Amino acid sequence: MTDRSLEPTMVGAPAYQGEYQGKSRDEASRKSAGLVAERLKRFSGGAGMWSAVPLGLLLLAGFFGPLLLVVLYSFMPRGSFSPIGWPTLENYRDIVEQNFYISFGWSLAMAVVATILLLLIAYPLAVTMVRLAGKRADIYTILIAAPLFVAENIRLQGWSLFFDKAGLLDGASESLFGAGTGSLVGNVPIVVFGLVYVYLPFMLFPLILGLTNVAPDAREAASDLGATRFQIFRDIELPLASPGILIGTLLCFVLALGAVSEAKFLGKGVVIPVVQDIDSAFTFGQNWPRGSALSVLLILIAAAAIVVVMRRVDIDRMFTRR
Amino acid sequence: MALLELRKVDKFFDDFVAVDRVSLSIEEGEFFTIVGPSGSGKTTMIRMLVGMDKPTNGEILLRGKVINDVPANLRPTCMVFQSLALFPHMSVGANVEYSMKCKGVPKPERRRRAMHFLGIAHLPESYYDKPVTQCSGGERQRVAIARALAFDPEILFFDEPLSAIDYRLRKVLERELKDIQRATGKTFVYITHSLEEAMVMSDRIAVMQKGRIAQIGTPHEIYRSPTSHFVSEFMGEVNSFTVRPDGDGRLVDLKSGRTIITVPDATPADLKSGVLVVRPEDMLMGRQIPAGAACVLAGRIVNEYVLGSRVQYQVKAEEDLYLVEKIRAADDTETVGSEVEIGWKPADARIFAEPMQ
Repeated sequence: MTDRSLEPTMVGAPAYQGEYQGKSRDEASRKSAGLVAERLKRFSGGAGMWSAVPLGLLLLAGFFGPLLLVVLYSFMPRGSFSPIGWPTLENYRDIVEQNFYISFGWSLAMAVVATILLLLIAYPLAVTMVRLAGKRADIYTILIAAPLFVAENIRLQGWSLFFDKAGLLDGASESLFGAGTGSLVGNVPIVVFGLVYVYLPFMLFPLILGLTNVAPDAREAASDLGATRFQIFRDIELPLASPGILIGTLLCFVLALGAVSEAKFLGKGVVIPVVQDIDSAFTFGQNWPRGSALSVLLILIAAAAIVVVMRRVDIDRMFTRR
Repeated sequence: MALLELRKVDKFFDDFVAVDRVSLSIEEGEFFTIVGPSGSGKTTMIRMLVGMDKPTNGEILLRGKVINDVPANLRPTCMVFQSLALFPHMSVGANVEYSMKCKGVPKPERRRRAMHFLGIAHLPESYYDKPVTQCSGGERQRVAIARALAFDPEILFFDEPLSAIDYRLRKVLERELKDIQRATGKTFVYITHSLEEAMVMSDRIAVMQKGRIAQIGTPHEIYRSPTSHFVSEFMGEVNSFTVRPDGDGRLVDLKSGRTIITVPDATPADLKSGVLVVRPEDMLMGRQIPAGAACVLAGRIVNEYVLGSRVQYQVKAEEDLYLVEKIRAADDTETVGSEVEIGWKPADARIFAEPMQ
């Protein structure tokens, strides 16, 4: 801060003070204010840093604190209820030896399959939505986002009633064709269906954002230069839409990895996702260190996926549309 | 045989007639420009010529073959877009090579030819790896031209690519484009709203008006012998009068009743009712007016516009405003407020038998 920016304080000096007194006070305050400002500047590089302090503290207490606790607990002996003690790796060994890796495997596999299916389903939908932009796109957007207003568990319970034995589908097909479908719940594909259903908006909207980065001109120019539809898709559309594709993929993968309700309501316990294991370790099992170790592994997998993807995405480019 | 021929081509958008029975033919190796104001149908024309739109009626022939229904990617022609439509995620080299990549030309050969076309477009070879987003406006123009040339098209179309470029650079690029056309011997079909731009580059110009061709000719013909008031006015402001013959070899201005022009040896058929046009640069002022000139008016200069080497005066004579343009001279005394005489030679006036626009 320079002296010039402090001139308003001089103007605002109380008028009743003697001239001499007023002047000296002004000078003193100017000097000290200038000094503090100078130090602030040197310390932080501007006022922005200081404005961020409250949020920083909140994050520290509300996000990093619990995270640190979880990490600490994961190295505590089995069944311990204090984060302070002699560290051990036995919880991580248990994950491998007591077959907890199976639930990890299921969660990962279902998240991967659901994400791939979501890409395949949402991409053509997103292309259509971008083409509709300005026509009826808002109506379709509302229709697709509307289910988000209802709690996930209720929607999943609805699907369960639809697919279950003597449910809507079974009953309808029984009365119409004389043969019911039986129970379609309680298997892995129906859990994947649940994941795809729940996370569709999370794939669709980033894809739309990504595809709006593809100028129609660029497509036409490629076609004019002799590119086939596939070549346009591969060389122009995919690379230009890639930030949206990657973000949608990341979002869906990480969310599906931590999903639990789909397996509960549609899977009927046929598979145990890792989050359910974590949940029971903290509740029934009363084994906080085991739950913590599972959590830490899950966080590491999600973080690795985030790092890999975010390295390849230029978020700035996506939002500024150069 | 003409390289490209249009036979009575129409294009309707619902009820709107964008292009109306256009017939023309473009010869091989020609620099052909289609010029018209916005809304004259020139963009619709080029979209049909390139293959992005289909004509409603009529035929487009390339070397005698009808190509109405051939889509853009199967036509041996290429377009430089108004937006240039460069691929922002690719380097300059990758942009230029793209058409060859689509055809499956091997990489070393692609690179060699891309370098060649960079050279033609006056871009250094070091630009091959430069991201296209880091190029300046003029450089992007050159990349777009190199990319289109690399396609080796039979015809290269341009959709006003220079419209967003500042004046000085545009002048440079206009000349370069003409040089490239001459050097490569390619057929260029250029679209613009600027007749000035068209004049500099073209071998022939088609002036479009409301979806129709108003006139086709060389730049000289368009400038010297416009066939309609619209074409004569398109080059720039002109002095226009609505006139009718008085039967004695004279034309009378309908508004003032004054004799505008005397044509001593004219047959009555030469004199018709219509619009008489005199270009500002054909107007004479003060001592330039030859003795005994028939059309002389006394007026006063109300405005002066300096156009570099030339100067244009707005002269008010008998309640009407006239534009007079002349080469600037060191001994010019006329300025705003000067009383001057203005006039023109009958031979420099053109009459169009049509109502005033």
